[in-house]
Amino acid sequence: MKILVGVKRVVDYAVKVRVGADGVNLKNVKMSLNPFCEIAVEEAVKLKENKAANVSEVVALSVGPKQCQETLRTALAMGCDRGIHISTDLRTDYMELQSDAVAKLFQKVIEEKEKDIHLVLVGKQAIDSDCGQVGPALAGYMSWPQCTFASKVDLDGDGLLVERETDSGTETIKVPKLPAVVTCDLRLNTPRYATLPNIMKAKKKKVDTYKAEEFGVDLEVKNKVLEVYEPPSRKEGILVDDVDTLIDKLRNEASVIQ
Amino acid sequence: MFSCSFASNRLTSASSCAAFHLARRLVSTTTTSMSLRSPNANDFQELSKRIDKVLISHDAQTLLKYNADWTGHYQGRSKIVCQPQSTQEVASILKYCNKEKIGVVPQAGNTSVVGGSVPIQEEVILSLERLDGIVSFDDENGILTCGAGCVLQSLQEKVASYSHLMPIDLGAKGSCQIGGNVSTNAGGQYYYRFGSIHANIIGMEVVLPDGTILDLLSKIQKDNTGYDLKHLFIGAEGTLGVITKVAIKCPRLPTARNVAFLACESFDMVRKTLTCAKDELGEILAAFEFIDEQMLDQVGNRKKIPVKHGERNYPFCILLETQGSNDEHDMAKLESFVEKSITLGNVVDGTLAQDMKQVNDMWEIRESCNPIIREIGYNYKYDISLPLSDYYDIAEEMRERLVSKPEALVVNWGHVIDGNLHLNIITPGDFSADEQIIALIEPFIFESVVRRGGSISAEHGLGQSKNNYLGKYAKKDDIVKVMKLLKSIFDPNGIMNPGKFLPSTK
Repeated sequence: MKILVGVKRVVDYAVKVRVGADGVNLKNVKMSLNPFCEIAVEEAVKLKENKAANVSEVVALSVGPKQCQETLRTALAMGCDRGIHISTDLRTDYMELQSDAVAKLFQKVIEEKEKDIHLVLVGKQAIDSDCGQVGPALAGYMSWPQCTFASKVDLDGDGLLVERETDSGTETIKVPKLPAVVTCDLRLNTPRYATLPNIMKAKKKKVDTYKAEEFGVDLEVKNKVLEVYEPPSRKEGILVDDVDTLIDKLRNEASVIQ
Repeated sequence: MFSCSFASNRLTSASSCAAFHLARRLVSTTTTSMSLRSPNANDFQELSKRIDKVLISHDAQTLLKYNADWTGHYQGRSKIVCQPQSTQEVASILKYCNKEKIGVVPQAGNTSVVGGSVPIQEEVILSLERLDGIVSFDDENGILTCGAGCVLQSLQEKVASYSHLMPIDLGAKGSCQIGGNVSTNAGGQYYYRFGSIHANIIGMEVVLPDGTILDLLSKIQKDNTGYDLKHLFIGAEGTLGVITKVAIKCPRLPTARNVAFLACESFDMVRKTLTCAKDELGEILAAFEFIDEQMLDQVGNRKKIPVKHGERNYPFCILLETQGSNDEHDMAKLESFVEKSITLGNVVDGTLAQDMKQVNDMWEIRESCNPIIREIGYNYKYDISLPLSDYYDIAEEMRERLVSKPEALVVNWGHVIDGNLHLNIITPGDFSADEQIIALIEPFIFESVVRRGGSISAEHGLGQSKNNYLGKYAKKDDIVKVMKLLKSIFDPNGIMNPGKFLPSTK
């Protein structure tokens, strides 16, 4: 089986973003592999290491500026075999390039460049746009089954058995036959550290670059972002000295009791 | 960062203090033969008149948080804790105690590992915790002025919001306070990059034992007018006065911060890697720490070690950090350094942190060394400075000495780039001190360090744990004499941290 893994370059989760006139300030800010994409990469590499899965190749795909090549190198260092970089200078944090266009780009790659993909693994969402749409949209365009928020993925005959986490509990879904799209959630696995020998090997792995415009996909913004602002800062909590004061404040200041 | 294993405090208020009688005791002082007396209920009344908040309790558990130290090795019997909220209040306390000849222990975060922050007997504890205000932050010059009771981590967060960095960082950051850091000339992981506290303090406000307030604060860095008095108080461990405010120089926050976790087969290779790092990384090298296999084994029970040799840990692991203003430039240098190290065979394995989570996880491994061994068993703690050629030899010597005591494990980690080794001997499962083990370690380890031209206390200080070694293993008699002279000038009654720092008279 051949696996396609989506990897997105996003602002590092630990960075405290600042909002400027053009939205979130991305200048000089630490960028990393989206944590959920990292989990998707780990799952793909684990499947490759599982002989029963019979994985021939894991291809990592990233859409964005030239620095995406570094993000692809991380995926390659973790164990992916090849990388594809779709180059664009459009902002990928929802301000310019949005989920529909990305899903269509993925579709074009599968239909035109990597024709025998059996499984697409992507993160459940990107931590900059928080959309969670690329996986489901892609499955829709390809008419493939989709399992989102996967917390466990097992081979099952010609298909998969996937557990997904929902607010009301865990759901087990049987995908009778591949190909399919699976989006990965936090508890699916713990991504490995990319060790130095692998980081060095990754430099020699092939990365193909295509321009986003080559694919004839409409890259125009579908939802115009009107405003970006920081959430109002939370007021500091206070300590009260006794229960009477607490009741007084709850009643007269917070107005949450009669 | 540290979990406090002390019982929770029930603090009795001033109004419910019970009258009690304390036997007058003679407390040996560091310089004079004049005796200090133990505080009594009347002293409590007098102190309560002078400052807003004083705690008193004759129940050992209640004030345990203040009386017991972090290592669990030391516990005082103080019944009075003063919690001043201003420099004036600190001055009132000292003035009174100086007049009455009562011993005072200034206490910041109480994270000392040499018993420097807790009373030896019933000295009054002067807690800095309420002096936690930020006076100002000069964004353009990077100068932070704040109260001595500010917790280091909160200062790090505060200056980060202004795109600056505190020039020190240590494992105790969640609990230690800047006044304590300055009083002990704390080292930490960025000593190589930013220099010692002496280099970064540009001013302070300090109260002398007689209540005089010295305003040595400054808004500027270069000032060659007169004796630079603040340096006397840096590292004086609270024996010359109480620091109430500090003005500290903060570097700008690096936009690029990268960490590598590397593995070496021998300590020789660690040294070679260090030299290579200095050459290849140059100005972006910020920190270079090491942990040995025996310590990694202990950490590995609780945390994931990023690089392992199958099931086993490598003999030595290095944690290296770079800081700079351009991530691409730094990553390129780091990759080239790492490739060179592997090609030369200095480094056999390793990983580069791919995101901030991995950066923090790797530092967690290094910073958890101290808290982890505290939970395992009794710790015989040593903090030494050595030339790199001798650095790890001493650990191997200790293992040979302790061959007859297989239950004692010698575990090591430290700021190898500064030649600072944290050598700890632990007895897993056994929390009591073994006299035989102590006899095998001391004085051998000190003699070995001295013979090699090192220091018996690189950054932890003397406190009450090593003060009596000052003359024997650290400084010559004529030097100690001058130190005692200084002490007698500032603190003629010997009220400040009696029995600590300088050798106590027996």
